[in-house]
Amino acid sequence: MQCPLFSLDTYKAKNVNYLFTPLEVRLLTGFTIKIMDKPMLINILFLRIALFLYFIGAALYLWNLVSNKKGIANVALLTASAGFAAHTAAIIIRMAEAGYIPITSLHEAISFFSWAIILTFLITAFRYRVSALGSFLVPLAFILMASVAIRPMAIRELPPMLQSAWLGIHTILILLGGAAFALSFVAGLMYLIQDRNLKAKKIDTLYRKLPSLDILDELNHKAIVFGYILFTLGIITGSIWAEYAWGTYWSWDPKQTMSAVIWFIYTAFLHARFTYGWRGRKAAYLSIGGFIAVIFTFAGINLIIKTIHNFTS
Amino acid sequence: MNILVVGLSHKTAPVEIREKISFSEKVLPDALHKLRQYPLVREGAILSTCNRVEVYSVVRDIEEGIAQVKKFFTDFHDSVNPKDIQPHLYVYSAEEAVKHIFRVASSLDSMVVGEPQILGQLKDAFEYSLSSEATGVVLNRLFKKAISVGKLIRTETGIAESAVSVSYAAVELSKKIFEHLEDKTVMLVGAGEMSELAARHLKNNGVRNVVVSTRTYQRALKLAKEFSGKPIKFEDFPNEMVHTDIVICSTGAPHYLIRYDMVEHIIHQRKNKPVFFIDISVPRNIDPEINKIDNIYLYDIDDLQSVVDANKKEREKEAEKAEEIINSEVVTFSNWFKTLEVVPTIVALKEKMEEIKKAEIERTVSKLKNITEEEKKSIESMATAIVNKIIHTPLIALKQETNSEDGALFIEAVRKLFNLDKQLPHHEHKKKDRG
Repeated sequence: MQCPLFSLDTYKAKNVNYLFTPLEVRLLTGFTIKIMDKPMLINILFLRIALFLYFIGAALYLWNLVSNKKGIANVALLTASAGFAAHTAAIIIRMAEAGYIPITSLHEAISFFSWAIILTFLITAFRYRVSALGSFLVPLAFILMASVAIRPMAIRELPPMLQSAWLGIHTILILLGGAAFALSFVAGLMYLIQDRNLKAKKIDTLYRKLPSLDILDELNHKAIVFGYILFTLGIITGSIWAEYAWGTYWSWDPKQTMSAVIWFIYTAFLHARFTYGWRGRKAAYLSIGGFIAVIFTFAGINLIIKTIHNFTS
Repeated sequence: MNILVVGLSHKTAPVEIREKISFSEKVLPDALHKLRQYPLVREGAILSTCNRVEVYSVVRDIEEGIAQVKKFFTDFHDSVNPKDIQPHLYVYSAEEAVKHIFRVASSLDSMVVGEPQILGQLKDAFEYSLSSEATGVVLNRLFKKAISVGKLIRTETGIAESAVSVSYAAVELSKKIFEHLEDKTVMLVGAGEMSELAARHLKNNGVRNVVVSTRTYQRALKLAKEFSGKPIKFEDFPNEMVHTDIVICSTGAPHYLIRYDMVEHIIHQRKNKPVFFIDISVPRNIDPEINKIDNIYLYDIDDLQSVVDANKKEREKEAEKAEEIINSEVVTFSNWFKTLEVVPTIVALKEKMEEIKKAEIERTVSKLKNITEEEKKSIESMATAIVNKIIHTPLIALKQETNSEDGALFIEAVRKLFNLDKQLPHHEHKKKDRG
């Protein structure tokens, strides 16, 4: 028997389309040998390792938020970093296995989005050493990834429309921008909690663990600026691709419309920040609202309105 | 041989007693020298701070040793009536003594749990005693261990974190709002002991600009000089607030000096850059309503006190963790201390030799094929003779030296040279697991 782990043919033929198939669930209590019956691509194996490590990392980070025990944050950071390494490997291997940048299905896109969130987190953790960020971002990345774990994740033949470099660039930019918005969302959330702690004179463990308002506001602002730049470039490349694929730069499709609305909101906000000093709580509320709008546009809009601009086609 | 602590502290004696029997740096060498003159005292060290005076010693006999160290106290301070001191003295011996010095080093026995000075004072006391050649193997190890336990507890637990004074709580809160204090400006409106202390703490934590405004300009001038800051006239302070990040208010005014509309105006002009108001005055000088304005944070004296209380509770919780660490460190130390006794060392040495002998005989015999029972016996007796001859003089020396000054040193040396502690559980490594 040839090793099915590496066989793309067997893989395509059988229905290993899910991160967790019913059979695999049974496997947890059954014989591990059965893994050989069902071929598993290396990228899925790595993805599972990443998901598992994110889970452990998220749990550790949440524990760290309420515990005075020292050293948890370090272990959590190590776990999340290991998860990130596995995740990176999974994406690269999948790219090699599939022959395209793996951001064409909803599962692939969310997976890349989670990867970008962890990337953003690791960069900020390196720069700011704020462990509380991990208590929000790592669980967020885990939940996002886990929520699509039962979605199809087969490698498929791409329709010619999707075989464009512009599409890859467009999606990557938008998702990286989204990750930056996720950071601003989390920083905003933490800001509101810490602001309330300070106003209400609530000196508890959470107060001690959360960083200063200044740092949170700075993070929020920088994340919005970065996200805004990436998002803008994403929209531009997207419309270039739209010209190729649909013959028009802009078609006021629901997703495009929402993106434009989000873009205008952030533009207006950045203007207000520079001219009127909109910061602190106002900035926090905006980054929370903005991120919810981004997530809705990204994943939720397809469920409500029919749009040609989706991942599931 | 036993470890002994005799002393008194803020918990057992009032300051009038403590100051009478303290040992100043000047008299320490002399005191240590005299302490060593007492026949039962083998090693000695003296810790003398404003809150405690303690004599650490290694004595040959507990009962007699306690009597002699107590006598040392009164002999040295001959102007003091022994009856005045006796009731305040506490005595700890053996494991209790080890536990005591660990608790002292960790500041668990201090007036304010988590205070940093005691560790330095303990280090100094050790160095004095060491340079006066008053300490030996046991106290050297005990003090070094105590200092490392003190450090360990400060890093592993939160007993030394978070402010436990009102003025320092103000600094801590500032850091939760501003993060960096270097580019911030603090303004004193009115002055008092507590607000000056808070300003000083803020300066020590990086604040460069201090503005002082008091009712009498003369006073402002003087204070501003002290803080190398800027004095301003009292009527100008509301305008100056636009450039101020931290306002400490403490005047005798019976009404609100800083009102809601003033602050609302200021925050608008500052483009929402946060301001931290600290109102130390009673009756209050700042309208409490301003706390509701975005980017304005107001703490009055009661609020600061509640922060301090919360922090103190936190430290107490952490102190429990510290006690656990101390208990396990005491066990480690006691295990080492026990090895210093001569009999177990002799037994261990003999066992080790016997072990080596047996193994070597077996190896040799198994190599020789056609060996008779008689030949085997003579090999065995030769090995026994060699081993016995070799350890004969060390054993005699050990037995003799045990009762001398450096007895512990000999035992320690033998244990190290022959690697006798291998079998004992190695507690040193446990420290790492705790992290």
